[in-house]
Amino acid sequence: MRALTLTSANMARRFLTSLALFAVASLPAGAAVAAEDIWPELKEDIFGDRPILDGQDWVQLEAPYRAHDAAVVPIDIAALRPQEKDRYIKSITLVIDENPAPVAAVFHLGKSIGLASLSTRVRVNAYSHIRAIAEANDGQLYMVSRFVKASGGCSAPAGKDPDEALASMGRMKLRQFPMSTKPAAPKVSTAVSGGMSELREAQIMIRHPNHSGLQMDQITRYFIPAHYVSDIEVRQGDEVILAVEGAISLSEDPSIRFHYVPNGSSQLNVVIEDTEDQVFTKSWDIQSASSGS
Amino acid sequence: MHLSLTSALAVFLLSLQAPVSAAEITPADVTEVAPGAFVRHGVHALIDKNNAGGIANIGFVIGSESIAVIDSGGSFLDGARLRAAIKQRSNLPIRYVINTHVHPDHIFGNAAFLQDTPIFIGHRNLPRAMQARGAHYLAANKLLMSAAAFEGTEVIPPSQTVESQSVIDLGERRLVLDAVKTAHTDADLTVLDESTGTLWTGDLLFQKHLPVVDGRLKGWLEVMDKLSALPVTRAVPGHGPVSLPWPEALEPQRAYLTKLAGDLRGLIAEGKTMRHASSIAGQSERDKWLLFEEFNTRNATAGFAELEWE
Ligand SMILES: [Zn+2]
Repeated sequence: MRALTLTSANMARRFLTSLALFAVASLPAGAAVAAEDIWPELKEDIFGDRPILDGQDWVQLEAPYRAHDAAVVPIDIAALRPQEKDRYIKSITLVIDENPAPVAAVFHLGKSIGLASLSTRVRVNAYSHIRAIAEANDGQLYMVSRFVKASGGCSAPAGKDPDEALASMGRMKLRQFPMSTKPAAPKVSTAVSGGMSELREAQIMIRHPNHSGLQMDQITRYFIPAHYVSDIEVRQGDEVILAVEGAISLSEDPSIRFHYVPNGSSQLNVVIEDTEDQVFTKSWDIQSASSGS
Repeated sequence: MHLSLTSALAVFLLSLQAPVSAAEITPADVTEVAPGAFVRHGVHALIDKNNAGGIANIGFVIGSESIAVIDSGGSFLDGARLRAAIKQRSNLPIRYVINTHVHPDHIFGNAAFLQDTPIFIGHRNLPRAMQARGAHYLAANKLLMSAAAFEGTEVIPPSQTVESQSVIDLGERRLVLDAVKTAHTDADLTVLDESTGTLWTGDLLFQKHLPVVDGRLKGWLEVMDKLSALPVTRAVPGHGPVSLPWPEALEPQRAYLTKLAGDLRGLIAEGKTMRHASSIAGQSERDKWLLFEEFNTRNATAGFAELEWE
């Protein structure tokens, strides 16, 4: 699996700057109020000079107006058109401008995903734009964004129970949903070709502290290294449905909800890797369309 | 610019002073809830420019030899006001500053007590929690309150931690400190003042102000069951009236957390997304609490992430 490529000069500088600021136990004013538009610089880091068009015909990004819990902010990306044979989204990049590592995840969508609607949870450090950038099959980029306000004074983008997350690290859960519970948002109708009636929905969850590494050990004065889920791959049989490059902005116990069109395989197979080269694998029998999670 | 030696020295000495000089400090208004046990009532509000972070119930217990502060307040100024209230009543040394958990409204007054060189005490997980959240809390709260209130605020970690239980003696007055499992947060500490049967719960107990889940819903309900069996007369909640009868005081919070957990379990079983479920769960309890709008969605979000693993 590939590693998330976030190592351009600007990105590295930005990351080091945040480390330095954490070291003196304070954050720039911009961390709490998005004072300046840092997107142009970020955009160049992530996508270079590739043009990005308005994505409102492709996807809708749903997030709470406020990051009620800074550590767990639910993000829903709803595809507004199905994945068609000659017109589909091949990847979606989720960016949180003001976070220390702005790229939260890159979702690479397999041919059998059916619908590019995804849900996940992220940490939001400060008032920030959150962006979903979809890359179409022809390479064109399309972007939608929302502005999310920071949480109040006693919430923090830290883990709730690091001991528990570490003790049960690697435990996975797959939820399979009957289609009746699919959120109504996408305007995908029965007119879609390719057997959309078979579209299924599932959610993969893994216990992991997804440690940001931005905290200083009080005794040694060294930063505790980041330890997070770097890759999630979901297949039906051998066919990849979804491959996710993760980073520290994903919440503790990462969770991805996704769709797929069954290809006749009997099992969903999941492989998850973290930055300490731990590999967690698990398989589940695919439930019949009528049974619940 | 040229500074004479004298003025340079004056600047240096000034910089050594506490940010707000003692003479300007208005002592906190405290209530004696049991003999020698005083509580400053926290306003039911978010931290803002007017309240100096004084939104939690904080206080102190006076023994025959020394004094323990139980939560220091939400800013340097909030802590300094509590300290002034202590100095009005006793000249005994302030030997302990106990932090019941990591939230800024309970720890940000610590620096106001540095001059007393107390032992700062907290749960075994408190140093880690301060490390993970301290910088974020400083940055966020600096913007919420007035500069005069925030100035001097620091994260002061505990110099002594409680593994499971510790006892401190203030002179003919024992305080029993219990480090509980993850509940309101992962670093909650209770303080039992044995001689008066007073239990300082920190934020393991809320009344009026909606409880805030920043740990584990299930763990919190279990901790409440354990606490309810304690033979105490009264509790000092982290938010709510300064003194409440025990164990009845637990009931509104138990009802809310139980309802929230029940709603969430139902929504999870229906396959609802976290975003959708967090906008619905617990809403029937809206009229029973203050700050419901500010915290219910947060609680439902945290609870969803927890209960989804059941
Ligand atoms: Zn609290």
